[in-house]
Amino acid sequence: MSNEQKGREITISVLKFNPRSKVSKPHFVDYKLEETPGMTLFIALNYIRENLDPDLSFDFVCRAGICGSCGMVINGKPALACRTLTSSYPEGKLKLMPMPAFELIKDLSVNTGKWMDKMSKRVESWIHSNKEVDISKMEERIDPDVANDTFELDRCIECGICVASCGTMLMRPDFVGPVGLNRVARFEVDPHDNRTSEDFYELVGDDDGIFGCMSLMACEDHCPKHLPLQNKIAYLRRKLVSLR
Amino acid sequence: MKVNYCDALVIGGGLAGLRAAVAAQKKGLSTIVLSLVPVKRSHSAAAQGGMQASLGNSKMSDGDNEDLHFADTVKGSDWGCDQEVARMFVHTAPKAIRELAAWGVPWSRVKAGTRDAVINAKKTTITEDEDRHGLITSRDFGGTKKWRTCYTADATGHTMLFGVANEALKHDVDIRDRKEAIRLIHEDGRCYGAVVRDLITGELEAYVAKGTCIATGGYGRVFKQTTNAVICEGIGAAIAIETGIATLSNMEAVQFHPTPIVPSGILLTEGCRGDGGILRDVDGHRFMPDYEPEKKELASRDVVSRRMIEHIRNGKGVPSPYGFHVWLDISILGREHIERNLRDVQEICQIFNGIDPADEGPKGWAPVLPMQHYSMGGIRTKPTGESTRLKGLFACGEAACWDMHGFNRLGGNSVSETVVAGMIIGNYFADFCLENDVTIPTATIQKFVDAEDAYLDEILSYNGSESIFKIKNRMKEIMHDKVGIFRDGPHLEEAVEELKELLVKTKQITVKSKERAGNPELEEAYRVPKMLKVALCVAKGARDRTESRGAHSREDYTKRDDANWLNRTLCTWPNPTDLEPTIEYAPLDIMKMEMPPAFRGYGAKGMIIEHPDSAIRQAEVDELREKMEADGKDRHEIQDALMHFDLPMNYKERNERAGDK
Repeated sequence: MSNEQKGREITISVLKFNPRSKVSKPHFVDYKLEETPGMTLFIALNYIRENLDPDLSFDFVCRAGICGSCGMVINGKPALACRTLTSSYPEGKLKLMPMPAFELIKDLSVNTGKWMDKMSKRVESWIHSNKEVDISKMEERIDPDVANDTFELDRCIECGICVASCGTMLMRPDFVGPVGLNRVARFEVDPHDNRTSEDFYELVGDDDGIFGCMSLMACEDHCPKHLPLQNKIAYLRRKLVSLR
Repeated sequence: MKVNYCDALVIGGGLAGLRAAVAAQKKGLSTIVLSLVPVKRSHSAAAQGGMQASLGNSKMSDGDNEDLHFADTVKGSDWGCDQEVARMFVHTAPKAIRELAAWGVPWSRVKAGTRDAVINAKKTTITEDEDRHGLITSRDFGGTKKWRTCYTADATGHTMLFGVANEALKHDVDIRDRKEAIRLIHEDGRCYGAVVRDLITGELEAYVAKGTCIATGGYGRVFKQTTNAVICEGIGAAIAIETGIATLSNMEAVQFHPTPIVPSGILLTEGCRGDGGILRDVDGHRFMPDYEPEKKELASRDVVSRRMIEHIRNGKGVPSPYGFHVWLDISILGREHIERNLRDVQEICQIFNGIDPADEGPKGWAPVLPMQHYSMGGIRTKPTGESTRLKGLFACGEAACWDMHGFNRLGGNSVSETVVAGMIIGNYFADFCLENDVTIPTATIQKFVDAEDAYLDEILSYNGSESIFKIKNRMKEIMHDKVGIFRDGPHLEEAVEELKELLVKTKQITVKSKERAGNPELEEAYRVPKMLKVALCVAKGARDRTESRGAHSREDYTKRDDANWLNRTLCTWPNPTDLEPTIEYAPLDIMKMEMPPAFRGYGAKGMIIEHPDSAIRQAEVDELREKMEADGKDRHEIQDALMHFDLPMNYKERNERAGDK
């Protein structure tokens, strides 16, 4: 590739709005820039901030699809911006909006942390055990397949994409969301956690929990970690409905 | 002025900070954690490969113990580490991992029976004993005698971080995210907390505490190419040195990881090579055995990184629009292994480069090049984690120079350090908070807040032609070009001078928006001068250290010089208007070492200028060991006689192992 070769011009249209400002109104701003090979939205948005609009707010941390900071709505679908290649859009036009269901901070930045903390506390997202563990002694044996099953559900990065994708969320602001139900499923599998089905029923056995899901599947369709959200929600629902 | 009082203030919400906070909270202290981002997004989440702990459960780690882990760590450090701290660390690591298991971290476990593995590019069968089934397993990493790196597939940091963060929630630790500490509050040589900016509202608040612990991670983002998250800007280290009292230590000791993918700089874990992946050049030739016949791809990171660059300089690099690189080939591990144990690696290759690394042959090879990865240097502390000069200030994790890594860190020892230091330092920190009061007047607190308030106004009033983004990018280029893997005097001198000029230019900018909140350019404008101070400590430390040790490699001084340089670099910034740090050195005392300096076992031989004490101490050590062995003393008793170390809580208890007789 020669250095003279120019990339195509792309247009990135971003919703700008500062809810803390008395004068700011939601509006789209178009930024035109030259595409570079392998350009992701992380690269593009940083280019825009450094060269076109130093006031543009957005969130990135790892820029590698591991931390879950950069969820946003890209041409109508929620996705991780760091893993989104501009070349995946043949028209060269990307329209970016902040994720719904979360409190807007500014522009593309939303307060997922606040939402996730509340969810974590609500489902008591920690090991419940009355065993005293002596850490100088051998660890408890866990079957490797069970450890792996737990890991498979522990891979959620709390990006909020499932929440932003969720139809129930639009109707029930107190819905625990696919991420919360996945968390319950994760602790249900983990042998370290002594909670019973009845305990989990107490946490999520209502329409803001496991019975609120309408099985629209968008959570699983958009999950960047490919978690089996629908299967697990269906399994939990079958298990908990038997307790009613 | 809003003042938030608490007993224990932790700045930084990654693994180290959260674990230290749990320690403080469990001792009944009101504990606040401040974090730039929701804590589960911390850079700790990005650690893929694993955590070293000498459990010795699996076949390939059988017989492992603290002594072997200690020796590997000291050699890995190129004798730059604090051996007492290394002992504290290796002894607590098995406890840390067992505690994490109880907190729900789903460690990969030993499965009885036979399985295939790739060792030295050859298919091998490993048989795990029935009596080890279900115990925590481990994989191979560079520079270790045994397979010691415990893992959960290649998402180890993620599972650990969620485990520790959940435990912090369980204990009601007060976690406040989107809060940035921009200045430490101190009086009469004692730290009392920080001036903190709320990143949503822009408001300045004071956080006042009996003790303050900085756990803000490393400073990789002062370099152009780095595997670090965008939040790893070294601000925690910067606010420590800006006190004019606390010191930063060994800042020139910067590790470059051999296998970030080109061009994005996203890390492909050392687990790739640990599990049997190999490096190939432009001809597809596996070149590492030519340079390091014994350890090959699994020599320590500094060695592999330098050999890669050396090979590229020898004309064997692969040309690309981003310069030369080499290939990482993991396809030889087989698709099944990759899709189970290296799934994130596969996804990174697929998404960012359009490559499936499980495809056999050149099609599946990933382009890799060494990039900045880890900061061995940081806030200088005692073994308890307290700053050597500023009372009440503690530091742990990558932000600290607790100094178990010396001049090169072994893979798997950093995630391990985060929780182990969180346990050890967290408890010493908590004890300090229990034993000391807050005695600072509110007027003094007000003075600190007002000064920061005025500083932000000053930044907004600048009316110059420079761009803070351009200054930042230029700093990153200088660090990459002149303070990189290979260093020499003239380039380092240039780097120091240019960085000083950039520091002057940070006052010649204009910030377009005058808003105090939601203004990313304003944030850059107060962060970049701090980053430049950190960068200057790195560059000047590297310029003045006329030897090669661990990751610090001078082409004009190629030998490790124990005779003159077996010491720690200490940087202070006594006067805020200074343009560079003041540097002093603290010697490492060979006569107190359990393992006096010697050859590391990899890299070129005969590259050491020896210190006369090395031989004297070695003779002492040998004599004592021989005598105690003859008297029937066990390895723990001998170790204690050679170099005693303390630990808080019951962490000094012996670690039980499946292989114990």
